[in-house]
Amino acid sequence: MNKIDKAVAGLTGWFNERAPGFVPAYKKHMSEYYAPKNFNFFYYFGSLALLVLVNQIVTGIFLTMHFKPSAAEAFASVEYIMRDVPGGDIIRYMHSTGASLFFITVYFHMFRGLIYGSYQKPRELVWVLGVLIFLVLMAEAFLGYVLPWGQMSYWGAQVIINLFGAVPVIGPELTEWIRGDYLVSDATINRFFALHVIALPLVILLLVVLHLGALHEVGSNNPEGVDIKKVKDPETGKYADGIPFHPYYTVKDLFGAGFFLTIAAFILFFAPTFGGLFLEYDNFIPADPLVTPAHIKPVWYFTPYYAMLRAIPDKFFGVVVMGAATLILFVLPWLDRSPVKSIRYRSTFSKVMIALFTVSFLTLMWLGMQSGSATQTMVARVLTAFYFGFFIFMPWWSRIGETKPVPDRVTMHD
Amino acid sequence: MTKIRFLLLSLLLAPGLALAAGGTAPMKSAQVDLDDKAALQRGASLFMSYCSGCHAISYQRYSRIAQDLDLTPEQVEQNLIYNDQKIGETIKTGMNPADGQAWFGKAPPDLSVVSRAKAQGADWVYNYLISFYVDDSRPMGWNNTVFPGASMPHALWELQGMQHAKTEPKHKNAKGEPQSCTMGEYKGECIIGFELAESPKPRLSPEQYDRVAKDITSFLAYVGEPGAAKRESIGVWVVLFLAFFTFVAYLLKVEYWRDVH
Repeated sequence: MNKIDKAVAGLTGWFNERAPGFVPAYKKHMSEYYAPKNFNFFYYFGSLALLVLVNQIVTGIFLTMHFKPSAAEAFASVEYIMRDVPGGDIIRYMHSTGASLFFITVYFHMFRGLIYGSYQKPRELVWVLGVLIFLVLMAEAFLGYVLPWGQMSYWGAQVIINLFGAVPVIGPELTEWIRGDYLVSDATINRFFALHVIALPLVILLLVVLHLGALHEVGSNNPEGVDIKKVKDPETGKYADGIPFHPYYTVKDLFGAGFFLTIAAFILFFAPTFGGLFLEYDNFIPADPLVTPAHIKPVWYFTPYYAMLRAIPDKFFGVVVMGAATLILFVLPWLDRSPVKSIRYRSTFSKVMIALFTVSFLTLMWLGMQSGSATQTMVARVLTAFYFGFFIFMPWWSRIGETKPVPDRVTMHD
Repeated sequence: MTKIRFLLLSLLLAPGLALAAGGTAPMKSAQVDLDDKAALQRGASLFMSYCSGCHAISYQRYSRIAQDLDLTPEQVEQNLIYNDQKIGETIKTGMNPADGQAWFGKAPPDLSVVSRAKAQGADWVYNYLISFYVDDSRPMGWNNTVFPGASMPHALWELQGMQHAKTEPKHKNAKGEPQSCTMGEYKGECIIGFELAESPKPRLSPEQYDRVAKDITSFLAYVGEPGAAKRESIGVWVVLFLAFFTFVAYLLKVEYWRDVH
């Protein structure tokens, strides 16, 4: 044993004596966390969402150093960041592009769960915590969108806060309590800033820890939907289809992160507004409480739900539908009665239903960006009905048709 | 698998591209080139002499113009600062907003990010500058097809000359109902184009005026995001580095996964 080895062993021993739980925790979550070896493209998005979360927190901290959360100064302070803060434009674009990329990764991540049945027993808790993260993330994105204090920030806030006015009896008082004023004003941006930079990020971080904790209790699902804990290698006594998360998936996710960041950098440096989709052009007009924009629309990631809200003629019922569209995701694990998890072994009928659901969600997303003609509203109504029908009748349709036999072990793809 | 990835990537990028290609009215391109420093310098000079009397660009500093447009601070001080401002300050207008409100019905807006505030981007500015026409019914005697009912007069009319609207009666459909006009209407008829009055004689030829409008547009496009050119030049290196990093990470992944069967 040379001197260096001795020193390392000594230090490790010293550390382990004082924190005996650390090494076992590292083993449990990293070097001896066995993940199925057949993860495909869709399995990158969990780690990518985490990467974007870190990006949002780090760039967000730098933005708070220069941003002024007041109605009089917010818009100008964003332009100050864009012009006078060294590297400020890059940091701001990392944050604004990051917001959209967060939803892209999260939507892919949820879609993965949907097609491979990752929410099914025993991973219901993982799914429920994930939906909670999604809800808090939507609130966080909305609050952040208000901060640059452009026309869309202002009127978007006005529209969203007024949705709470649909609550029976206490509605008007509730909206006033949220705004802190009779209209969206300085008090509103100030409190939204507080919620955006500390309150909700703390909640999201806690939920992410719980989401991963719950996952590591039961282990990851995979594109085959088979249980890798069933078959052990007779020689080693380890799971035949499992590989330790570290180093196998850390190195694979490193590649995924590189690929993702290359695309992200391309958007960030060459098309940061993404054709008005990630940063809307009307938001370069400072907020003006006296001028209502002709066309108020939310950012792309809210448009499927916005299309549903607009499709319902009654305000109260519209808000209920929009809320229910997100809340219904919570009960998905108990609606699915399919005997198999993965879409690869599901019946043709189930495959068609999932495909139609995907198409209708994307179409609703597109409809939410349009002005809403009579035809578009009719289509939005039909698709809203289908969205709910997909979930409500799932206990019935998920059992229809013949499923394919699920193998005992994963078959390697790719 | 590769096919699916490509498909997903195109799905991801398609809506943005489609949206960028869309727009409301067809607009002429201003062919803005942020690397054309001469055009930006001419635009700066034109903006400061013709526009800054009423319009501020209050997020833009004089010194930043010197730095970005290859000018010395002395050149900027001598040629572009028309009031008692210092070179490190942001560009304000001499006009009091309350006066502007009283004179035009609306205080002239700050133009710092005007090139980013429209669906058509900077092209909107160019089309606005070439679309003024004489309209006696307006308080200032001018109207604009790109922004009907605009409060401002045509500040560049001496350069361009007096543009008049050419009109024709509204088209009617089968039921005899008049159809809406694509370029807006003037005195109950549809505007189909413009013609220049011969007197008073314009100071510039139509080609020269077109250059003026494009130069001002280029300058305002630059002012909308002064860091844009630098951002793109950094971006090339960032993307190249990340592509290389991804390649190395891929090799590393292949190496580690050699024993997974």
